[in-house]
Amino acid sequence: MAGVKFEQAMARLEAIVGELENGDLPLDESLKIFEEGIRLSRNCLKVLEDAERKVEVLVQDTNGKKQLRAFTSDDIDVQGSAEDS
Amino acid sequence: MVRASLETDFAEVWLEGEISNLRAPGSGHLYCTLKDQTSQIRAVIFRSAAVRLRFGLEEGLQVVVKGRLSVYEPRGEYQVILDHLEPKGRGALQLAFEQLKRRLEAEGLFDVEGKQSLPAFPRTVGIVTSPTGAAVRDLITVLHRRCPILSIIIAPVPVQGAGSAEQIAAAIQALNRLGVVDVIIVGRGGGSSEDLWSFNEETVVRAIAASRVPIVSAVGHETDVTLADFAADVRAATPSAAAELVAPVLTEIVERLGMLTARCQQAMTSQCLEQHQRLDLLLAHMGNIRFRILKEAQRVDGAVAGMREAVRAHLKQAMVNAQTWTHALRSKSPVLHVRQDLLIVPQLRSRVIAAMNHSLKRKTQHTYAYLGRLKGLSPLAILDRGYGILETMPGGQIIRDAGQVSVGEEILARLARGQIRCTVEEVRLDPSV
Repeated sequence: MAGVKFEQAMARLEAIVGELENGDLPLDESLKIFEEGIRLSRNCLKVLEDAERKVEVLVQDTNGKKQLRAFTSDDIDVQGSAEDS
Repeated sequence: MVRASLETDFAEVWLEGEISNLRAPGSGHLYCTLKDQTSQIRAVIFRSAAVRLRFGLEEGLQVVVKGRLSVYEPRGEYQVILDHLEPKGRGALQLAFEQLKRRLEAEGLFDVEGKQSLPAFPRTVGIVTSPTGAAVRDLITVLHRRCPILSIIIAPVPVQGAGSAEQIAAAIQALNRLGVVDVIIVGRGGGSSEDLWSFNEETVVRAIAASRVPIVSAVGHETDVTLADFAADVRAATPSAAAELVAPVLTEIVERLGMLTARCQQAMTSQCLEQHQRLDLLLAHMGNIRFRILKEAQRVDGAVAGMREAVRAHLKQAMVNAQTWTHALRSKSPVLHVRQDLLIVPQLRSRVIAAMNHSLKRKTQHTYAYLGRLKGLSPLAILDRGYGILETMPGGQIIRDAGQVSVGEEILARLARGQIRCTVEEVRLDPSV
């Protein structure tokens, strides 16, 4: 669950910014969390940059096992749909 | 014969009444009595018909039924064998919906406390829907428009028809098992309430309630409400709305991340600056203090010097005073006085002596003068001048009056020199001499 980690990182970064802006911490502690904040920020950015845009389909193979395979436009068959949008 | 006659003559009857004495033994057949104000009849629903029932039978439920008359021969009772039941006044589906909703609600499946919040930054979104509908297209489009880097896993399922409910439930469980899915959208596009029915099925509702991954339901249109919506953590009105709820806008995240980073640096910089200023201030302060210490030291030095000077002056003055006093004391010494006084003593003595002599002389002169004057006064002096004093004898009284004496008496005449004893011859008392 990469999303949860990203969310936690962002939340922590927000908390750090809040603490730094509050200015109540001694300098050495500020520096410590500042470094942490910059590290988090880099990591978050990296997650966003590295994120691969993927669309997959969860299919059942002949053994009844579920597998992921890439989703193609062929998978969308609007013709056969009885639904309206 | 009766039975055959009944079953042919009353092969299809329609009845309306209230269900009572409902019994459901293990066989799966259902037994009850249908009654209205004036009459009643036994009814049986065989298992084959019972499983087709969309809703549950309840005591007191008003129903419209179709069946055929028959005879239960062991008891000789005639009964109606029901093959179709419809709740009176509303559809079977509506009733089933209400019954299931009530049951699952009582079980706590729809409790607000059980709801999970959606992740703010999902990385992977699972979609349980038909692969052939417009819904899946809309979902992918909106999700990627907002967040182009989202991973999407589609679990294709039939969303209506027999077995669809089981497949929907299975897909939800499968996506949970993958372990990478942050949030699941379960739904389909619009349709009739029959079309949407799978999302009211207990198995789907339970799968949604049990999901550890947060679920957004998006079934049909705004006005369509299914039990899946009650069980889901969040209900979206449409699939597109679900995609909007689930996917954050990537540009906003990037912007926020940039903003947070900038604020982080800004805050750190300003704290550093602030500390630097404080340090400068402290240093300046320390310089001041050093200057002040020097000044104070100087003052102390001055004070010490002044004190030394003052003490010295004081001492000097004291010495002078002491000398003066010694002098004064010495000049007032009793010895000195005595010595001076002693000098006067002989002088005084001679003066005393002189004074005494003088006084003596004067006194002697006075004495002589008095003596002279006394001599003049003395009767003896008178006698010198020839007077004599007559005295009685004996008695020695001075005779001043002739009467004092008588003739013949002896009297004594004292003279300047010697005395004469006289005898009185005559006494004349006249004063003439």
